[in-house]
Amino acid sequence: MKFMRSSDAIILAILVVAMVFIGLVNPAFWQMSNLFSLLKENVVIGIMALGVLLVMISGGIDVSFTAFAVAGMYLTVRVMVALDYNGLVLPFMSAILIGGLLGLMNAGIIHRFKMIPLIVTLGTASVVRGLVLGLVGTSNVNINKMPDALVAFGKADLVTLERANGSTYGLTAMIAIYLGLALALHLVLKYTMIGRSVYAYGADPEAAKRVGFSTGRTMMFVYVTAGALAGFSGLLHSSMIWLANPRDFVGLELDVIAAVVLGGASIFGGRGTVLGTVLGVFILVMIQNSLILMGIDTTWQRIVVGAMLIAAVTVTALRDRRALV
Amino acid sequence: MTSAPLIELRNISKRFGGVRALDDVSLSLDGARIHCLAGENGSGKSTLIKVISGVYQPDEGEIYIDGQKVGPLDPVTSIAHGVQVIYQDFSLFPTLSVVENITLNTFVREGRTRINWTRAREMAREVLQRLDVTLDLDATVETLPAAGRQIVAIARAMLADARLIIMDEPTTTLTGREVARLFRIVRDLQADGIATLFVSHKMREMLEISERLTVFRNGKKVTEGPIAEFDERAITRAMTGRDLHQGRFAAPDLAGRKPRLELRDVTVGHQAHDINLTLMPGEIVGLSGLIGAGRKALAQAVFGLRGDMSGEMRIDGVPVAPKSVPEAIAAGIAYVPEDRLSEGLFLTRSIRDNAIVSSMRRFAPRLWLDGEKAAAETRKMFGEMAISAPGIDVPVGTLSGGNAQRVMIGRWLMTHARVLILNGPTVGVDVGSKEQIHGIIQELTRTSDLAVLMISDDLPELAANCNRVLCMTEGRIMAELSGHTLTEEALDAALSRTTQGEPA
Repeated sequence: MKFMRSSDAIILAILVVAMVFIGLVNPAFWQMSNLFSLLKENVVIGIMALGVLLVMISGGIDVSFTAFAVAGMYLTVRVMVALDYNGLVLPFMSAILIGGLLGLMNAGIIHRFKMIPLIVTLGTASVVRGLVLGLVGTSNVNINKMPDALVAFGKADLVTLERANGSTYGLTAMIAIYLGLALALHLVLKYTMIGRSVYAYGADPEAAKRVGFSTGRTMMFVYVTAGALAGFSGLLHSSMIWLANPRDFVGLELDVIAAVVLGGASIFGGRGTVLGTVLGVFILVMIQNSLILMGIDTTWQRIVVGAMLIAAVTVTALRDRRALV
Repeated sequence: MTSAPLIELRNISKRFGGVRALDDVSLSLDGARIHCLAGENGSGKSTLIKVISGVYQPDEGEIYIDGQKVGPLDPVTSIAHGVQVIYQDFSLFPTLSVVENITLNTFVREGRTRINWTRAREMAREVLQRLDVTLDLDATVETLPAAGRQIVAIARAMLADARLIIMDEPTTTLTGREVARLFRIVRDLQADGIATLFVSHKMREMLEISERLTVFRNGKKVTEGPIAEFDERAITRAMTGRDLHQGRFAAPDLAGRKPRLELRDVTVGHQAHDINLTLMPGEIVGLSGLIGAGRKALAQAVFGLRGDMSGEMRIDGVPVAPKSVPEAIAAGIAYVPEDRLSEGLFLTRSIRDNAIVSSMRRFAPRLWLDGEKAAAETRKMFGEMAISAPGIDVPVGTLSGGNAQRVMIGRWLMTHARVLILNGPTVGVDVGSKEQIHGIIQELTRTSDLAVLMISDDLPELAANCNRVLCMTEGRIMAELSGHTLTEEALDAALSRTTQGEPA
């Protein structure tokens, strides 16, 4: 079996072992309500991770996506509030467009000046966050001001179940959007030339050029898609928590990058799968979730996330180096 | 051939700044012929390849394809005319599968937007069948040995409807058997009507595979003709412009000398077993064997790079057991690795910095570097090694292979080494420079009483420079040749005998 030899299979095995272990330590883990909330927490990080995966396959690292998410979300919500607009399609399109345009800026700088993506995105992230706070505003848009359509959208459930005491809980419909996007990205990466050009560029940019790929187009595809996914996830996030905070997502870059690396993508580029990333996000969220269930302080969670990132990078680096010999 | 040549270059010149890389060169390549292009580094071979492949546009001259004059070529039109170049680095995608590496450029050329994996697999399988090679289609290219990657690169070129495949130094990283397979493939390609332009500086191969030979020197075509008109001597003279003396190294007088390096029952991990070896001062002892025979492991162990060595090691009678490189240096051992680019030199730093780096303690006894002393000793080494460079302050990255290797060897002599281990001392070095390096090594053993252990795959090199050669197979020394029994043929026979899998 091809699948059994892949890193996806190993990640799946790790996930299963971790689930069994966590379930043994804390049987509450297996309660439907906990599993549903776990899946809900996957959505926003997961969509961001898809963008980061794309950048990582192309051999870069993106740390600007949280800033782009904030820009897409906060600008859109503020405009909606100002215009008293109550719709769904246009706001989401606007968030996607804002993210995409900012991504285009990343692509332009990285490709035109042949610069290191990490440094470029550090810079654009800071600039964008500063502009949002300086030009648009610094105050939260709270539930009482949030557009109703967004709030209602974020509340939509796929299934609703009833607890013994009569209260209800459900599985958010947003998970369908997340998995739909993941499937779409998987198909694009696997079956289209632009998708393969991302792998080719990440494996060896010079060879990609010699084969005849237009590398500028590839970079544009990578960073515009990553930016658009970030913008979309930002607005989705605010509709799910009924709040638009211009200082949101600070420090989330690390979690998302850790999840993608955990999912088997190589920081050296040319390697990574959507399935692996989805599993990696699930593992990360699940571990954070069970730390909360066990009552462990949030400061300690940062240590766990950092340690997981280092462990995952070490393992994948060893794998990549062994393969090179 | 009655028809017009496949590609004809007329009076091509190409200048880079003040340097004439190509000077009024004409070359005609016929369809389905195997042509060899020979020349030292910097002779204009690479520039010529790039003119044919459209990477460079010539300053003067005309290019004809199938008898038709074509304008200056660019890579796309060159490929459209059926010219495919297999670069030394193969230009493959290491993390992608064999299938994808073989088919991706065809899909790009056909302007597709989607990938049909079933068709891709069929195409890959078919072309590998034509090459009569089996490869795991799903393996990633990084897991293949160099020979496998080369097959992938050739398969990819064939799919692109190549009529001329240019191979740049294709045999550098191949073992003897793999070279034989490559030659078989090149002849099969010829039977299919595909011409090959071999770029090489290995005599033996040129004489064996090619039908026509062109020799370049200093950007000019020096000579050209059917291969039957050449022998090694003639090619060498054409490439270097002088006769090289291939004198043999005479065994030194060892009477009354004490051994310099002794190994007694040395075992290194699973790679070398029960090695007994004695190196006398003034000797050059060769170590021959196939890749994986344990030669490198043994050399690294002696140099303190391995923690898993057991057995006894003595230098000038004193037992030593270096556990690290500084300890090995202190014991008087020097090791010049095979890959000087990745394991040895700091390419962006000057010759001086590269030269003194292994004897830092001598030049910087306390915190400060004694710049004058460092420069003086580097200059002395610079002269002894006959390095050709503007001065000791130029970055090593700007030097040719031969000069870079001299810096590498010179660095180790500056550590006052008594035992010098050379791994592939002239890999990637051109003929003229190679002979000079050999001369320097031989001279050193005479003047400084150095003991040299020379690991090499180049049998003529071992035969000409060593007074003894040890043959290693599967971690053991299986044969020793010296004196009149030490010939290329005997070495070749010893190697193939030991690989037939007698005692393991």
